[in-house]
Amino acid sequence: MTTEPTTTVGIRDGYAEKYGFHDDEQHVFKSKMGLTPEIVAQISDMKGEPKWMRDYRLKALEIFEKKPMPTWGGNVGEIDFKNIYYYVKPTSQETKSWDDVPADMKRTFDKLGIPEAEQKFLSGVGAQYDSEVVYHKIKESLEKQGVIFLSCDHGLKEHEELFKQYFGTVIPSSDNKFAALNSAVWSGGSFIYVPKGVKVDVPLQAYFRINTKDMGQFERTLIIVDEGAYVHYVEGCTAPVYSSDSLHSAVVEIIVKAGGRCRYTTIQNWSNNVYNLVTKRALAYRDATMEWVDGNLGSKLTMKYPSVYMMEPGAHGEILSIAFAGRGQHQDAGGKVVHCAPHTTSKIISKSISKDGGRAGYRGLVKVQKGATDCRSNVNCDALLLDEASRSDTYPYMEIEEDRVSIGHEATVSKIGDEQLFYLMSRGISKDDAAAMIVSGFIEPIVKELPMEYAVEMNRLIQLQMEGSVG
Amino acid sequence: MSKTPELIVNDLRVAVEGKEILKGLSLQVAKGEIHALMGPNGSGKSTLANTLMGHPRYEVTGGEILFKGLSILEMEADERSRAGLFMAFQYPVAIPGLSVANFLRSALNARLVRPETNGSGTMPQKKGIAPREFRALLKGQMALLKMDESFATRYLNDGFSGGEKKRAEILQMALLKPEIAIMDETDSGLDIDALRVVSDGVNALAGPDLGVLVITHYQRILNYIKPHRVHVMVDGRISVSGGPELALELETRGYDWVRNGKEVTAP
Ligand SMILES: Nc1ncnc2c1ncn2[C@@H]1O[C@H](COP(=O)(O)OP(=O)(O)OP(=O)(O)O)[C@@H](O)[C@H]1O
Ligand SMILES: [Mg+2]
Repeated sequence: MTTEPTTTVGIRDGYAEKYGFHDDEQHVFKSKMGLTPEIVAQISDMKGEPKWMRDYRLKALEIFEKKPMPTWGGNVGEIDFKNIYYYVKPTSQETKSWDDVPADMKRTFDKLGIPEAEQKFLSGVGAQYDSEVVYHKIKESLEKQGVIFLSCDHGLKEHEELFKQYFGTVIPSSDNKFAALNSAVWSGGSFIYVPKGVKVDVPLQAYFRINTKDMGQFERTLIIVDEGAYVHYVEGCTAPVYSSDSLHSAVVEIIVKAGGRCRYTTIQNWSNNVYNLVTKRALAYRDATMEWVDGNLGSKLTMKYPSVYMMEPGAHGEILSIAFAGRGQHQDAGGKVVHCAPHTTSKIISKSISKDGGRAGYRGLVKVQKGATDCRSNVNCDALLLDEASRSDTYPYMEIEEDRVSIGHEATVSKIGDEQLFYLMSRGISKDDAAAMIVSGFIEPIVKELPMEYAVEMNRLIQLQMEGSVG
Repeated sequence: MSKTPELIVNDLRVAVEGKEILKGLSLQVAKGEIHALMGPNGSGKSTLANTLMGHPRYEVTGGEILFKGLSILEMEADERSRAGLFMAFQYPVAIPGLSVANFLRSALNARLVRPETNGSGTMPQKKGIAPREFRALLKGQMALLKMDESFATRYLNDGFSGGEKKRAEILQMALLKPEIAIMDETDSGLDIDALRVVSDGVNALAGPDLGVLVITHYQRILNYIKPHRVHVMVDGRISVSGGPELALELETRGYDWVRNGKEVTAP
């Protein structure tokens, strides 16, 4: 295992050591650089997909090529689509035993604490390395109850009917340029089905690791929570520190049926050379609840606005978003709630933190469609600036087509206070620790929603972001 | 007392935003002593307290501060605290999202885990106080200050009433066990019962191992916390010092007579 020099990034120094290492390349297949219909067809053929999926991909590629780049959000102009490997297959097949994962990869996941977490507090784990899931397993007891937790590829293979019924229905390829790209070259990700009334009390987790330089990771996730069922899905990710940029562009589609509840937690910790452009959307039906807990700490640029469409009365959507931008980072995070039916409720809480010239912001939409009366929505976005050089933006969009609704919006921007620092320091706490404590306090309303292990993890990552932060 | 006082302030001059506030102030506090500092609004009492504690906004332009024989002027607030200095704030600051318990444990651990490092930057990573031990300690101290247990899980000073904030300051003092404590108007805003509780708290801590500088406007608290010495500060200097009777005299006569520069006793 070798370690890339960190000088090109130079911040989050602890990151390089803990997560920024990489294994020697040892894939079984790597597509040619760049993106052509041949490469897309090749990916599909290698996966042995049905024709409809192959066609779907090729169609999506056409859409991708026609769609303009977004002109808002962050600077995506520097992404060079020709200089990316779109498919890097790490092993010949995915396995249910860590012993069968190649030693280097196993060591990487060990270092990231995945097998240990699986033992201690998870119901199932998927581990993706570059383009493919190398390890995937769910507890037998859940399998017996009919819970499906597979890589998305295996979902297609083993449950084609169910897969086809929902795939692409929440986020069509034509949704946006990056959704089209993902639809063309998707690989890996998770496929989850939770049968009626089944409650998966302990989280399922997927971990995404990029290893190869100049690659794009395009996992695809499809989650179906049937009536009255519950699941908490957690995803984490890291990548080596490289001097050139990588691209991560996922699509996540979720359907929560009547009375069901889904919670989707993300702890995004990409290295600072990764473009993270992700489309995430959920449909919540009668009395269903969808919750996104979205923590963005890493990446060069993140543009991600998880959304909930409340399709039937009683549906509830919730988005809790944390965005932390350090030097050279831009977090354009937020969320969208769309009230398509009357008597639906939603809540967005966003906390963004910027330091060392980083830029973190909230971009959100509250939409109430015609006929969706008696809806309630509350948006709260707070920004914390750690120094003068940093920047925070708030773009709260509202499209309200009904009168009988209650919409609340509150936004605050504050600077980490000298008085707060002095107060904590006067109790013997060092300046760095004091600043980290203030930041942890700032995001506490969201972190306290996380299971304990993830709350600890989140605070640890915040510490890492805060290293040597206040002058 | 014949030993050298732990805190020695000599001819201290302090400016805030270019304006001189302390104009040659001298004062000595030894362990085992209780001093009261009184003086009109704006005379510089909080400036003195903040300067002693190392607030970066207060610029020392002259004089010296010795703590246990060493100058602390170059030390940051956290180092001064770990060295054994404490200030109860006139206006404690709220830290939303940080629970009282977590805060106190971090403050305690900063003392245990991080003995001074001589600038080498290497920090011995000893384990801090065990959670169970800490809970017991906290519970005991809170009971002494008649604080409800739920207090520990509230966010530090966030939405605290005036009285709760002051109690929380004393709680911190009790746990951190300073050698010299400066209490900046800890009595202000307390009702009679709270005043008694807080005073009892201070008295329980007072003794041969603690020196206290009580900044106050009112004789009232001095009925509970008996000072050995009383100093009156006017316009950035100690203008008069005396025994406990001086506080009573001020109460009846106001500050005008000290403003005229009359010395009752030499310090
Ligand atoms: N941070 C500051 N910025 C600007 N001026 C300050 C600051 N701190 C103190 N001062 C000024 O210094 C002077 C002394 O203030 P200080 O708070 O020390 O008085 P005090 O004796 O504690 O008064 P009080 O009895 O009202 O608490 C005042 O004129 C005040 O306005
Ligand atoms: Mg004052």
